[in-house]
Amino acid sequence: MLLSLLLLPLIGAVLLALQRGLAVRSAGRFAMIWAVLTLFVVCGMGGGGLVWSMPWLPESGMDFRFKLDGIAFLFVVLTSLVTVMAVVASFLFGKGDRGYFSLILVLQSALFGVFTARHFVPWFLAWEMTLIPAYFLIRLWGGVNAPRAALRFFIMTLGGSAFMLIGFLALQLATGTMDFDLLGTMARESKIAPAMAEAFGGTGLGGQTLLTGVALAVFLGLAVKIPIVPFHAWLPAAYAEAPTPVTLLLTGLLSKMGVYGLLRVLLPVFPEVLPALAPLFTGLAVVTVLLGAFAALAQTDLKRMLAYSSVNHLGYCVLAMAAIATMQNDRDAIAAALAGMVLQAFNHGVIASTLFLGIGVLEHRSGGLRGLNDFGGLRVRMPVFCGLFGIAVFASLGLPGLSGFVGEFLIFRGVFALTPVAAVISVMGLLLTAVFLLRMLRKVFAGPLVPSCSKCGDLARSERWVFGLAVLFIVIYGLNPGLLLRFANPGILELLDLLSPLP
Amino acid sequence: MNPAWTILTAFAGAILVLLLPSRAALVSRYIALVAASAGALAAGLGCAAKLSGGEPWMWNVSWIPSLGARFHLSANGLSLTLLLLTGIVAVAGVLCSWNVEKRPRAFFAAFLTIIGGSYGVFLSRDALLLFVFYEIVILPKYLLIAIWGSTNREYGAMKLTMYSIGGSALILIGLATAYAASGGKGFDLIELAQGPYVPALQIWAFPILFLGFAVLAGMWPFHTWAPTGHVAAPTAASMLLAGVVMKLGAYGALCVAMPLFPLGFEAWKPWIAGLAVVGILHGALTALVQKDLKFVIGYSSVSHMGFILLGLAAGTHWGIRGAVLQMISHGIIAGLLFGIAGRVVYERTHTRDLGELGEMDLWKSLPAASIAFTLASAASMGLPGFSGFVAEISIIIGVWPVYPWAVVLVAVGIIITGAFSLRALHKGFFGSRRSESIKRDAVVALPPLSRAEIAAIAILTLASLAIGLYPQPWVTLIDDGLRSPLFQSILLKP
Repeated sequence: MLLSLLLLPLIGAVLLALQRGLAVRSAGRFAMIWAVLTLFVVCGMGGGGLVWSMPWLPESGMDFRFKLDGIAFLFVVLTSLVTVMAVVASFLFGKGDRGYFSLILVLQSALFGVFTARHFVPWFLAWEMTLIPAYFLIRLWGGVNAPRAALRFFIMTLGGSAFMLIGFLALQLATGTMDFDLLGTMARESKIAPAMAEAFGGTGLGGQTLLTGVALAVFLGLAVKIPIVPFHAWLPAAYAEAPTPVTLLLTGLLSKMGVYGLLRVLLPVFPEVLPALAPLFTGLAVVTVLLGAFAALAQTDLKRMLAYSSVNHLGYCVLAMAAIATMQNDRDAIAAALAGMVLQAFNHGVIASTLFLGIGVLEHRSGGLRGLNDFGGLRVRMPVFCGLFGIAVFASLGLPGLSGFVGEFLIFRGVFALTPVAAVISVMGLLLTAVFLLRMLRKVFAGPLVPSCSKCGDLARSERWVFGLAVLFIVIYGLNPGLLLRFANPGILELLDLLSPLP
Repeated sequence: MNPAWTILTAFAGAILVLLLPSRAALVSRYIALVAASAGALAAGLGCAAKLSGGEPWMWNVSWIPSLGARFHLSANGLSLTLLLLTGIVAVAGVLCSWNVEKRPRAFFAAFLTIIGGSYGVFLSRDALLLFVFYEIVILPKYLLIAIWGSTNREYGAMKLTMYSIGGSALILIGLATAYAASGGKGFDLIELAQGPYVPALQIWAFPILFLGFAVLAGMWPFHTWAPTGHVAAPTAASMLLAGVVMKLGAYGALCVAMPLFPLGFEAWKPWIAGLAVVGILHGALTALVQKDLKFVIGYSSVSHMGFILLGLAAGTHWGIRGAVLQMISHGIIAGLLFGIAGRVVYERTHTRDLGELGEMDLWKSLPAASIAFTLASAASMGLPGFSGFVAEISIIIGVWPVYPWAVVLVAVGIIITGAFSLRALHKGFFGSRRSESIKRDAVVALPPLSRAEIAAIAILTLASLAIGLYPQPWVTLIDDGLRSPLFQSILLKP
């Protein structure tokens, strides 16, 4: 059952790839139908804890094991939702062909794998499998400098994951398993560090030191993907050069792989050494939050601006992780931070996708322009778009009542209790976010109408539907976040148990 | 079915091909395909029988009584996996030679002889018999390159042959030493391994014997024959060279050199590990700057073979198991890469220069080949899901407790491997943006892939994926082989 879900997008991709001579529009239509179908199937699954496993190298404890629990379910829903939006955006803006849509579906399958795998081997398989479609989507359908951007993206991510692989192989050697759940149980009983010391006694380093090295290696792999400053060098070029629907996938989904890894791998497996690393993580998180905001402030390219704004928003997730990593005995605060991470990841995925969809509309109407100063006075020409896009922008800067608020609120609820100084500094990031997002709204929609915008027409009916649904989603989940948390709660409680000290 | 059928079908096919009348010369490819498929089938059935617990099969008759040499063939799990690898590469190689029209009978006869000899090496349990099969491979290799080759073929063929013969001479010296020192009773590997050899003898005899095999395995700095040979060779021969023949060297090192002189191995293994790591890094860095697509693959082979030697040098169960997995994995992947570069691309575009290929927008004119090469590159990079990943992580796990420093360097090597694979793919298949803007609509018209090509690519890709996604049966077979008394003296106890 779970396997067929994991393979469903892949099957669509293969079916699509095999249809020679299919018209470009039909390819888009097929992909849309398939993506919507997948979304319905996913929603039908619920967070019921479906499991699928297969032995890989059984006597060494390496198995393929997938599990769809509550947290995974939310991320899988997000994947399906954002994929639908990316496919629809591509279709509306006349972007892409058979190969392009096939690659998007392959990417979706790989992401399903990342979000449901409970053992390192299948997780890593899916993790690396996202690279190939993402690389080609940037490389072949991107802008003029896309080849360089794609190559840099690929090499940096591969470099990060090589360290992650080495780290986990060390764990395998020491503990004899790479199963996340088993490692989590061992870590709770503080057994991993002694095992490391025993396995690598020849190096003369202590178990804690060795395990710290492993944790750093794993963190590095995740940090490149989110990205956390200073591992973000691939991001501006990749986000700017990728076609807008692909940027939507990059920020909406690929960055979530890193957040998910922090939540489901780094925190449960390394609690023994996390307190020691927490100051480092906190520092990086604060820098990421602030630098992302300042960099966004300095951009004139709308896509780059939103790209940095994503860095800023995901920085809050890292901040929450860093606060949890201090391992203080404050169950409520930790629970709030965990729930905040999940919600922030989910809501940022939806909101950022909507914003990038908006950039896509602007690009499409103006014939490829996306500079901050290329637009002005659009409110007159595109009132409906202005209204819907505006709601998404306010959601992004965290207005209460919209979905962006809940995640950030919960994160700060946790972080203020655990690492107050970092929380205070990071609040400045919230302020800056408001500055650059509002400036964007003002420049693009207010003021005198710029000549290049004079011919822009408002949203067509199909576009209104897409935008309207996305904004409706943002409003509903802003007003009632419990609808989402209901699914994540059991998983969060489970994580909480792993992270609290033994009685 | 009896695994010895593999040897028999290959040699019978070779003879049958030569007996064909000249007007039916093109029939030879069908005969070759049948012979290769029969061999692969025999190997596959052998593996299946072994997995379901069948008795190991043996054929042990007196051969040269005055020397005590016996015609002793036997199949354990380890040899069966390599047998199956040979079979798979052989079938793909025949399919990639479907268009050979220059003296096809001689071509396929030489091809099948190499295959037969390789089967023989993997099945022999008598050192002298193994050596004879090993030698049978050399001459047809020379002919294939010198007659049907391309760039610098005389040079490439001669260099390869000289290196091989040099290696063989060392092997002969090493075997003769062991034979004399053990009292001249015979050449049976297990008996020969029992010695007894004094440590002093082992210390100097081991490097001679090991080096003899390692030359063929492409150990740095004795690897230079490999890239030139691969480039000069016709496609099918490149596939066989990289896919099977280099593995003969590694197999010989594992099953002859190491068990015969375990103390020598113990003393020399840090050096082997060092050279292996240098080979991994040097091969990868050299591949990074090549202009010729086949040279990129040739040097990548050197890098990948370094992993095998590193796994062997570790001497741990994981390491040696990983080394054997890497032999199989690299055999399949190298065959695939050479098949696409040599057969599919070169014979249509008549260039292997990455810059010139870039001008052709191959991903538009040959989309199927571009997808196939992308998958092959992914496999070569060791991305999970493909066979290379299983092999490389096994080797790293195996090496780590013994040589932790090597793990760090290997990680660097893996990243460079990603870089050069991507660079070749990037430059060769996905065009340069500059050329695209100049002649946007000028897609070069190239004939689409033939059925034989698609079949060859599909067989190899699926084999790599099958091992990567479900390595269990292969590991079971290899572990069975490693339980042989031969290896007990070299395996480190955990």
